[in-house]
This record gives sequence, C-alpha cells and structure tokens, in this order.
Amino acid sequence: MSAAEITAAPERQRGRMNRAQIVNAALALGLVGFGLGVWAMGEIFLVTLATKVAILAIAGAGLNLVLGFGGLVSFGHSAYFGLGGYTAGILAHHALNYTPMFEWPFLFEGTTSMPVIWITAMIVGALAAAMIGALSLRTAGVYFIMITLAFGQMIFYFAISWPAYGGEDGLPIYVRNGFPGLNTLDPIQFFGLVCAVLFAVLALIAILARSRFGLALQAARQNRQRLMAVGIRPGGVLLVAFVISGAITALAGALYADLNRFVSPSMLSWHLSGELLVFLILGGTGRLFAPLAGAGLYIALEHLLGGVSDHWQLFFGLLLLAVVLFARGGVIGFLAEGKRHG
Amino acid sequence: MAEPTLDIRGLSKSFGALKATDDVSLDLRPGEIHALIGPNGAGKSTLIKQISGEIAPDAGEIRLDGRRLSGVDAAGRARLGMARSFQVSSVASEFTVLQNVVLAAQGASGATFRFFRPVMRDTALLDPARDCIAQAGLMGREDVPAAALAHGERRKLEIAMALALRPRLFLLDEPMAGMGTEGARALGDLLDGLRHRAPILLVEHDMDAVFRLSDRISVLVYGRIIATGTPGEIRADPEVQRVYLGEEA
Repeated sequence: MSAAEITAAPERQRGRMNRAQIVNAALALGLVGFGLGVWAMGEIFLVTLATKVAILAIAGAGLNLVLGFGGLVSFGHSAYFGLGGYTAGILAHHALNYTPMFEWPFLFEGTTSMPVIWITAMIVGALAAAMIGALSLRTAGVYFIMITLAFGQMIFYFAISWPAYGGEDGLPIYVRNGFPGLNTLDPIQFFGLVCAVLFAVLALIAILARSRFGLALQAARQNRQRLMAVGIRPGGVLLVAFVISGAITALAGALYADLNRFVSPSMLSWHLSGELLVFLILGGTGRLFAPLAGAGLYIALEHLLGGVSDHWQLFFGLLLLAVVLFARGGVIGFLAEGKRHG
Repeated sequence: MAEPTLDIRGLSKSFGALKATDDVSLDLRPGEIHALIGPNGAGKSTLIKQISGEIAPDAGEIRLDGRRLSGVDAAGRARLGMARSFQVSSVASEFTVLQNVVLAAQGASGATFRFFRPVMRDTALLDPARDCIAQAGLMGREDVPAAALAHGERRKLEIAMALALRPRLFLLDEPMAGMGTEGARALGDLLDGLRHRAPILLVEHDMDAVFRLSDRISVLVYGRIIATGTPGEIRADPEVQRVYLGEEA
C-alpha cells in the first residue's frame, strides 16, 4: 500500500513526521552529506560517484511515476535516458564545432547552456514517450513490457548505425556544458546542481501523486475497470504519466552525458532499462525515494563488491532475490515498516 | 406516464452460435426498482455489460433520458450518470474509503487533469464524498483502506461511489451476493430509499429481496425476456413458474 500512503499522508498526520518521512529525509541528507564529506576529504572520484547516484535516481524517479504509481512495467526507459543524453551531446557538438543543427525552416544552432539543453532534452523525451506510449498503451501486461523493450531496442540500433554522431563509438562532449553562475567543471558544484534537480523532481512527483491526476493514476494501477466505471478513461491518464516520465528520464540522460562528457549507445541499451527497474525493486516500488535508495545501494555495491570480485553481480543477484522474496517493500519498506510486508 | 430513464429496444448479442441476448426490450422508469432475474447463464451479466458500455451489442439500441448511447464508452456513460456496481466488488483496494469515493466524485466532476492541488483537501470533492459515505452508512469508516473492509461494507462503498457519480440510474449487479440475511436486509432497506434518487436496475438472486423491493420484475431465460410485470404478476405467471421459480420452490 505504498503509493496510496502518499495520497493518504496529509489526511492522517499533520505536523509529526512518520517513519517513512524520516527514512526519506535520512536518504536525502545521506546523499548530500556523503557528497560533501568525500569532497572535504579530497576524494573527487567519490564525489563523481555520488553525482552518478543522484542522476540515476532522477532517471529512476521518472520510471517510478509510471511503474510505481501507474503500474506500467516499462522495459524501455533507456530510450528516454539515451535520447536525453544524445540531445545534450548533439547540441554541444554543434555549438563546439560552430555548425548549426539545421537552417531550415528556421536556424537552429547548438548550445552549451544546460538550462536550454535540459528543456530541449525534456521536450525530446516527452515527444518520444508520447509516440511510444500511444502505441504501447494499447497493450497490457507482458505485451506492454515487450513492446516498450522493442521500441528501446529500435532506438538503440538506430544510434549505432547512424554515423553522423559517432555511431557505435559514441560522441564526446569536450567541455562540460555550462550553467549560469556556476563552474560546472568543479565536481562539487556540479554535484550540488544535480542534487537540486533531483530534489525538484522528487518534489514534483510528490505533488503530482497527491493531485487529482495522481489519484486517478494510482487508481489505474489498482483497478482500471473501476476507473472506467467512475467516468475516467485510464488510457489518457496513463499516457500523460508516460509523457511526464519520459521527460524526467530524458533530463537525467542529459545530466549523465554531462557527467561523463560522453554519450554512447550504451545509454540506450536495455541493460540500463533493467538497472532502472532494479533500483525501484531494491528501493521499494511506488515509494517516492525508492529510486534514490535503490540507485545508491546499487552503485555502492557495484563499487564495493566490484573491488572484491569480478563476479560481483552474482552476489548482487542473490541480494536482489532476497529483497524480492523477503522484503517486497524494498529497502524503504523494510526501514519504514519493519518486516510486516514480507 | 413518465418518460423512461432507460429505454432498451431490440437488443441482441451473440457469441458465436450462442445468443446471449435475444431481442431484449425493457425500460426503467423514474422512481422504480426494476429487477432482472433469471437462472444462471441466462445472460444477465451480458445484458448489464451492454448497458454499461463494456461490450457492444450486435443490434438494437439503448437510450438514457432519450439520448442514444451507441458510440459512448463505459466512461462516457458513467459521466452521463450511469452508476454501476459489480458482481464481484470492484474498488481501488489500496485506497481508503474516502479516497475511493473522492475518485468517483472526481469522475463526476469531469476534471481529472489537474496536477498541483492536493485532491484530498479539495472541498469541492470532499464534501459530496463525505455526504455519500454517510448516506451509504459508512460513517466513521472514511480512513479505513478498502482492502480491510468487511464484505458488506465493501458493497456499501460501491453504493457510496455510485451516489458520488450524481446518478441518473443505478445498475446494480448482484449487490447482495455473499451477504448474510442481516446484511442483505440492511442493504435492501438502503436500496429501498435510493429508488427516489434514481431508478435502479437490479440483478439479484436473493428472491426474498427481489419480491420485497421491486416495483417490476423481468425474467430472462436463455437471453430472452419471457415475462415482465409486478411481483404479483410474475409470481402468478405459469411460464415463469415452470422455467424458473418452480426449480427453487
């Protein structure tokens, strides 16, 4: 009953924080505190790692909107992540080479301004999600999973076979794009910027979840027949959620491209779609902070276990199995409610 | 005589060789409870689904307040005031009672694409929702998750949701199924009062309730209506006795 709690929360308790809210606050403070701590110790690599966690959490938050609240298992969210990345890469590529993107019907030049890139990436992600969603939402269940995967793979192979922007080799961004008033090449400043975006996205999703739209979206997950019977068409509600989700995940992709200063088709690969799903399962699908908890745990384990053994994914797989079998509510469910939902 | 709220003419639906609905005509008049009875497999649920818009008839037409409904889907019919309950209780089980009824009030308002204001503080939806909960007899249960409700309470929740739709008519598919004698009686009293809000087309197996509550009864057998009349007429109808009531009496 995770997602429903978000809408129920303001009714049930006013003023006092409940356990789930304490866990959320701890996660947010943990991320920021970790970033600042390792920066103070001069561990720049770890600052970058924390930035990666925050960016992947944004992408996961996009997926959480459709999966956790709407109940749609999209196995193709790498498409929006990669499109966002390529938007950043291509715009920067043209700006740095002083070549316009296109001159007709109007002059469209590249840019190295992050705000412009973000908005463009979100529009691209939203348009792609609108097209893919409109077709995919005609199906349900396993077919929905498969068709979203198929669209993701289509875009992946398109990127590989299109030589203009690097094809299989990817596209470098020589200088990290800029944000007014900040030096984005300073790791801690970029980390701060990414955290601000993450918390803005989570705040937006919290607001959406409590709105009329959010109520209908969560009802669509539970019982589409009932939603129809009260006069609300689930298709429209789910499509709008899918479009917002695509835009958020594309925004994350644009940030990820800037983090690595490199875009490649691997951002579009189905592995990434799978990782986003894993973040949510680990964190607790449908919980607002699940993507942050899941991405943090995943990257930490990759870093720590990866140092111990090349086969870290074996141990990781066992952990995932344990979560699915014994802690359905994920890490947040476990911390916020104890084992009751096992 | 008043114009019927619901008017069904010559409705037919086949699944392959099976005629599930065979030239059915019936109407629902303001203020009445019209019961639809018939043995299992007579096509009652198929008929209800055609009225609610979940499946399309092969032939015939359905009018609500004189308006033809062909081409209007289930959501559109709900917004026109067709309030449906399901044979197996169908609510959003993770939501509380209040959230479920607010959802119905939101559906009736026609404004779902509002993204920022918290819905559970929206008095335009909360006030009518609380009112409907009280009318359905669920006062004090607003914050209970639907999954935790007793069977009878979930039936009442469906009634509360139907009320929140500002109904022109109720389409109730076996609302008393699975309820004890006591619960069925209480629900019967509730329905008895509702007929003045909007007429009720009632599919029900509980014959005591049907004969106690109904103004008219139609008997459906193998997709055909074999008789329509007052409870007294139906009880006295020899064909009805032969094919249906006789089996149980």
